[in-house]
Amino acid sequence: MEKELKVAALRNGTVIDHIPADKLYKVVSILHLDNCEQQITIGNNLDSAKVGKKGIIKISDRAFAEDETNKIALIAPNAKINIIRDYVVVEKRPLSLPSEIREIIQCGNPNCITNNQPVATKFHVIMHDEEIMLKCHYCEREVIRDKVKIK
Amino acid sequence: MGVWGQIMSNNSLVSIADYSKEEILAILDSAADFETNPNRKTLDGKVIATLFFEPSTRTRLSFETAVVRLGGSIIGFSDAATSSSSKGETLNDTIHMVSCYADAIVMRHPLEGAARYASEVAPVPIINAGDGANQHPSQTLLDLYSILKTQGTLENLTICLVGDLKYGRTVHSLIMAMSHFHPTFKFIAPDELKMPDEYKVFCRKKNIPFTEVNELNDNFNDADILYMTRVQKERFQDLMEYERVKNVYTLKNSMLENTKSNLRILHPLPRVTEIDPDVDSNEKAYYFRQAQNGLYVRQAIVSKLLKTT
Ligand SMILES: [Zn+2]
Repeated sequence: MEKELKVAALRNGTVIDHIPADKLYKVVSILHLDNCEQQITIGNNLDSAKVGKKGIIKISDRAFAEDETNKIALIAPNAKINIIRDYVVVEKRPLSLPSEIREIIQCGNPNCITNNQPVATKFHVIMHDEEIMLKCHYCEREVIRDKVKIK
Repeated sequence: MGVWGQIMSNNSLVSIADYSKEEILAILDSAADFETNPNRKTLDGKVIATLFFEPSTRTRLSFETAVVRLGGSIIGFSDAATSSSSKGETLNDTIHMVSCYADAIVMRHPLEGAARYASEVAPVPIINAGDGANQHPSQTLLDLYSILKTQGTLENLTICLVGDLKYGRTVHSLIMAMSHFHPTFKFIAPDELKMPDEYKVFCRKKNIPFTEVNELNDNFNDADILYMTRVQKERFQDLMEYERVKNVYTLKNSMLENTKSNLRILHPLPRVTEIDPDVDSNEKAYYFRQAQNGLYVRQAIVSKLLKTT
């Protein structure tokens, strides 16, 4: 299986590699790949020296805007994003958390306006003593990145 | 819509953290001016809506008196049962509907973040009169006004915060607001209701010295301000513990003997048992006048947002 995936080279598109296996489907979901028309190859539970079991996603003929790929930094900060053109990696895109994240996070506060009315969520990314925290724009509650609820 | 929303939210008061030190001082200055003459006609012809999605008679009457004494008129409702939100109308729709009639909206809502959201969708200024456990900035500004008035300055004061420091939003906002003025804090709370870490982290970041103790006793003899809060029964899992805390967290007149002469006692009211009535006649008790200061501060807030001063 792993061999086959590696052989199935991509002509043009995006490869997202080194996704921790338990985060693979969350990455699929935040990039809305379940509604994607292009050819996609998804592999999971592949052996990886770096992350134990890893997942990989290859999407043909699709480029992602930086603020889209940066959403991945939220759940899989060590994932690798390669942009392929004519079978060649033309860009290794580093992941960085955006300063603001809209819609994909659910606020953990049941009394927050976003959990009770049709209001899109918005979170600010802030640092507290080396720890990355997400602060709800509306109820102002903070949560550490690892505990974040992805919709 | 983005730019529109931004302009509008800048002209609202949602959180005390939205105001710079200069803006805070300007509001307090304006409040002092209104105190010398709270009756004038600067809001003549203006309509202010007070939308109270949960009841808070104290806050509503204070805002409404502030507006009426300036010649403005009031529309609105005092609890959600009489509003269209009880028929399932979204906050967005209610705010848009009321914006057709009013020049500004004073809003209290049980959901946290409701005021921020309203400020983003409303074409008129929103004044947050409390959003759940989150923010209540007019309370914070009247606390600051009371401190300034009784101490003559906001700078370099020692402030003791007492009672429910875990859930008490007034003390959290007070820490944020006072952080501009080099305070020293003492947090006095039972273990169950200790100041949350995020506010201690905030103080360390801002180089604000603080100490923590868990008994009231005579831990406030060096204080300039003693800020008392309500210790509520429903915050305790162990009712025996509540009974114990309730008794040791009652401020009595005899405990004020060795305190500084400039000490003043504040409380956001209503109080339950945390201040014994025998304190009321002590000249250091300031909580009733503190409530009255709310009127002038709210006149200053409404006037700033409607640009009528
Ligand atoms: Zn929230």
